[in-house]
Amino acid sequence: MRSPGRASIAARHLRTDRWWLSPAATAAGLLAFVAYSTWRAFANAHYYAAPYVSPFYSPCLADNCVPMRGGPNWALFGSWWGLSPALLILVFPLGFRLTCYYYRKAYYRSFWAAPPACAVAEPHRAYTGETRFPLLLQNLHRYFFYAALPVAGILTYDTALTFRDSHYAWGHAGLGTLVFLVNIVLIWAYTLSCHSCRHIVGGRLRHFSKHPVRYRLWTWVGRLNRRHMQLAWASLISVAVCDLYVYLLATGAFDDPRFF
Amino acid sequence: MSTYQAHFRIWRGDPGGGELTDYTVEVHDGEVVLDIVHRLQATQAPDLAVRWNCKAGKCGSCSAEINGRPRLMCMTRMSVFARDEVVTVTPMRAFPVVRDLVTDVSFNYVKAREIPAFVPPAGLGPGEYRMRQEDVDRSQEFRKCIECFLCQDTCHVVRDHEENKEAFAGPRFLMRVAELDMHPLDAAEEAGLDRRRTAQEEHGLGYCNITKCCTEVCPESIRITDNALIPLKERVVDRKYDPLVWLGKTIRRRKA
Repeated sequence: MRSPGRASIAARHLRTDRWWLSPAATAAGLLAFVAYSTWRAFANAHYYAAPYVSPFYSPCLADNCVPMRGGPNWALFGSWWGLSPALLILVFPLGFRLTCYYYRKAYYRSFWAAPPACAVAEPHRAYTGETRFPLLLQNLHRYFFYAALPVAGILTYDTALTFRDSHYAWGHAGLGTLVFLVNIVLIWAYTLSCHSCRHIVGGRLRHFSKHPVRYRLWTWVGRLNRRHMQLAWASLISVAVCDLYVYLLATGAFDDPRFF
Repeated sequence: MSTYQAHFRIWRGDPGGGELTDYTVEVHDGEVVLDIVHRLQATQAPDLAVRWNCKAGKCGSCSAEINGRPRLMCMTRMSVFARDEVVTVTPMRAFPVVRDLVTDVSFNYVKAREIPAFVPPAGLGPGEYRMRQEDVDRSQEFRKCIECFLCQDTCHVVRDHEENKEAFAGPRFLMRVAELDMHPLDAAEEAGLDRRRTAQEEHGLGYCNITKCCTEVCPESIRITDNALIPLKERVVDRKYDPLVWLGKTIRRRKA
């Protein structure tokens, strides 16, 4: 910014508003989630309180999972896996969110300060963006989107299971059912509002008029896509709340209030 | 009508150097920053250089930075500032300065020339183009651009790194590539021009880290990042980084 020929202004920026507030709040929010989810993912305990299973542990892919009647037990990795089974599945939602176009903006601004805010000079001497490894891997986002679809499907199944009581009888619901319902709606809304999804369903077409169904889908996804940032945050919070709810039930902190 | 005295700080200088100069100037209800700059010219600083034209936010001439934010002077109402607030006006800081608030934006014209133009479809003459509205909606959003170059100014890729100017076309011209690549009648591919590949390899799309400052400053509210840059990145992935798309195309080509 102080290159020869440009206006000789020493200040890094001349903004007078609280430009630092947004990156600081973003960093705080993301760090809080990372700290919470790391603790819960490595804890390997208190993730099932019938009929609820924590979204961090679903599907549960190892032998060392708690048996969940009718639940998402699928011991794909057998008995050799000795660590927390959450680590096996969280790779996919983590990759989906890490390469997400919204989260990229969020962490490039708040953690890497590239740039910290618009028209505020970044502190780095050189910048190559996403042209080289490892950031070139951001282009894998659509593959994580594909992986996120079955994960969201399994979480939908888990939500259906919440219409049971603690004795596995169907036709019941409690406060947890409501928490899971809100979470799964937000998870699907975030997943389907993804920019890669928008591209895949219709964005890559040149002639919308020749593909009316895909055009309609593209406009729907586009409408959701306008809220991608809000959905990213809402679903991040809801998945943590869902897990916390199961944790509190599993540790006996309180009983699930039943509606019917 | 009420008036008050506002405190302005305006960068005065040329490529050899300059400084922020203080002015106290009268402001009337309903005025914009450009009105105040004109009043300064008329009353206190007749040699103050400023580029302007339409005063209606449509010509893109009066781009500057007001309190550190890239904005059009003619579209920045004085009512958005507190009466006792100091209003700082500087030229755009990503481009070489000519004098005072006037910058040399020829970087943008160089980049504009590097983007291959629309390739007319074979067999259609002027006046024979027919397109459905839903096919041109996307491109038409980008045609709202008034070329104020505020997006180019705020983009940190070139604003903070002069050395990237050669490799990076900037949001305005990557949007132009997207516009042409989405154009229903552009025959670039048939003519052997791969706009997606060149977006990445020649116009520096990979430098964009989608931090959305271009969208934030656009006075025409074009959703540059969501509707042009990210879709273009996805199209580049189709072309360069997605083996499934490549496989699908190869199979289809063989069947054909």
